[in-house]
Amino acid sequence: MSIIARNITKTFGAYTALNDVSLDVPAGKLVALLGPSGSGKTTLLRIIAGLEFADAQSGRIDFHGTDVTDFPAGKRGVGFVFQHYALFRHMTVAQNIAFGLTVQPRRLRQTKEAIAARVQELLKLIQLPELGNRYPSQLSGGQRQRVALARALAVQPKVLLLDEPFGALDAQVRKDLRRWLRHFQREIGVTTIFVTHDQEEALELADEVVVMNNAKIEQVGTPQEVYDRPASPFVIEFLGNVNRFAGLGHRLPGAGQDVLYVRPHDVDILREYHGKHAIRVQVQHVFSAGNYGRIALVRADTGDTIDAELSRVRLAELNLVAGDEAFVVFRHIRLFPAGAFSERDVATDDTSPAVVDAGRDI
Amino acid sequence: MSRSHRSVIPGFGLSLGLTLTYLSLIVLLPLSAAFIKTLGMSWDEFWTAVASPRVVASYRISFLASFAAASVNCVFGLIVAWVLVRYPFPGRRVVDALVDLPFALPTAVAGIALTALYAPNGWIGALVAPYGLKIAFTELGIFIALTFIGLPFVVRTLQPIIEELEPEFEEASASLGANRWQTLRRVILPQLVPALLTGFAMAFARALGEYGSVVFISGNMPMRTEITPLLIITKLEQYDYKGATAIAVVMLVTSFTLLLVINLLQKWSRRHYAV
Repeated sequence: MSIIARNITKTFGAYTALNDVSLDVPAGKLVALLGPSGSGKTTLLRIIAGLEFADAQSGRIDFHGTDVTDFPAGKRGVGFVFQHYALFRHMTVAQNIAFGLTVQPRRLRQTKEAIAARVQELLKLIQLPELGNRYPSQLSGGQRQRVALARALAVQPKVLLLDEPFGALDAQVRKDLRRWLRHFQREIGVTTIFVTHDQEEALELADEVVVMNNAKIEQVGTPQEVYDRPASPFVIEFLGNVNRFAGLGHRLPGAGQDVLYVRPHDVDILREYHGKHAIRVQVQHVFSAGNYGRIALVRADTGDTIDAELSRVRLAELNLVAGDEAFVVFRHIRLFPAGAFSERDVATDDTSPAVVDAGRDI
Repeated sequence: MSRSHRSVIPGFGLSLGLTLTYLSLIVLLPLSAAFIKTLGMSWDEFWTAVASPRVVASYRISFLASFAAASVNCVFGLIVAWVLVRYPFPGRRVVDALVDLPFALPTAVAGIALTALYAPNGWIGALVAPYGLKIAFTELGIFIALTFIGLPFVVRTLQPIIEELEPEFEEASASLGANRWQTLRRVILPQLVPALLTGFAMAFARALGEYGSVVFISGNMPMRTEITPLLIITKLEQYDYKGATAIAVVMLVTSFTLLLVINLLQKWSRRHYAV
């Protein structure tokens, strides 16, 4: 089921949580709302769920062409999974999962046996078939999260909404659960939106990433699009590590006052100077543990720090130690007009970046 | 203390010793004195003292009125606590402070005020008198006085629990399609049951022992509106110390048993709530 949100504004007193936000979610997609805290992502999710309502006279929400703007949560057919699960503590796992089925109006309600069968089916789906009689307090964080998901799915929602679903879990469990959710969402094909502030999670899991900042949507696109073609300085800074230079402009034709961004993995390090675009640097620190080597460098002319990421093989070839002199070239630079910073609210068209493939020149 | 028993939390020995000494001095000693006093009585003496019709009638009125008052307080105390926690409204702090008044007011003052209000010539008493209804000097009056003094116990035990009750639970319930009544009955109330039982037990225990506010409004008619604490005082005034302590022992054992039962109930209801 597709979701369309149009011109949603939400204020809490003097604070604007959402400023005229519009969003289209195609049916069956897994979409991430990504942004820092306070960006409005959770508010948008809650408005889609019907747990919160947009300001009067502002916007509308359509589910598959039906206007649900004034529907309360229970009438929208959404499954909502809360950040802290909100499992009912006085009910067993099975009772929790059955809750949505047992509160249906009597004429629609399934028989006790049918409900029990459905609960068993869901317990199998979340791979906890033996734990129906446990209480939430007897489960681990990852298990609780899955029970919360099963409870939301029991009523066969057309839309699944998850608020920071992995926020409270430790790294390993988070990774497993992420993979499981991805697989599982593909399998049942329910339109899913989840909120996260973890860019890695959004890029890894989602079909489409909605980057939010300051009560607005900055960019919508596939993980590759938002990573490779960020629409604004905010997006490039928020998604992954990046080097930011304001003073490099004069070295590149037409760069002027603009701000340049270079991803650490687009930085190459050379022992010898060649090509006019190479920059003289001093090696400050080498981090060689991990999947790739990270090197902190200091520019000889401006004193700016530059982070670089190299493969371990390349790092071994270079054999850099702190204090060495070296030269860097940038394979790929992204450039935004300086105005994009002073004026955060300019339309995305005005800040569309120029891409400079400086690496080819050298 | 052996190494294996060492703990970073200091002072177990000292604080436990202090606790036991304090409890013995303040609680246990006076209570055991009551028991020891009754040991001097023969079984017949004891039985006549505690089972005479007038005394039995006073147990009845004391326990029933206390039970009714605590029950009513559970209902309305829950509503008061809910409103105070959940809804910001002008004057909330004043209302919140008002709840404590029955704690702070000398009970005799409360008793006199209530009597003046509910007596046949009082403001409220005069309103209902034409319909043949009497409040002061009846069981109803006792019930009202006990409700008055018990309210803060229920409100104050529930307030922190309701504050901790995150709206997420209600939202989860609503998003699963439950209506308000179903959310209240199946999600909110079960989480409040342990605190409600504590509040009930405290209000009930307080009401059983209440004397000051009741003696004025009850009229103290033997067999009808005489509460047990009053009977104990009466016996004391007649220098019947043994009779008084005998009744006290019966009250003590009964309330202790009741409180124990409530505690067990509470433990049972709390079993799975810890997260």
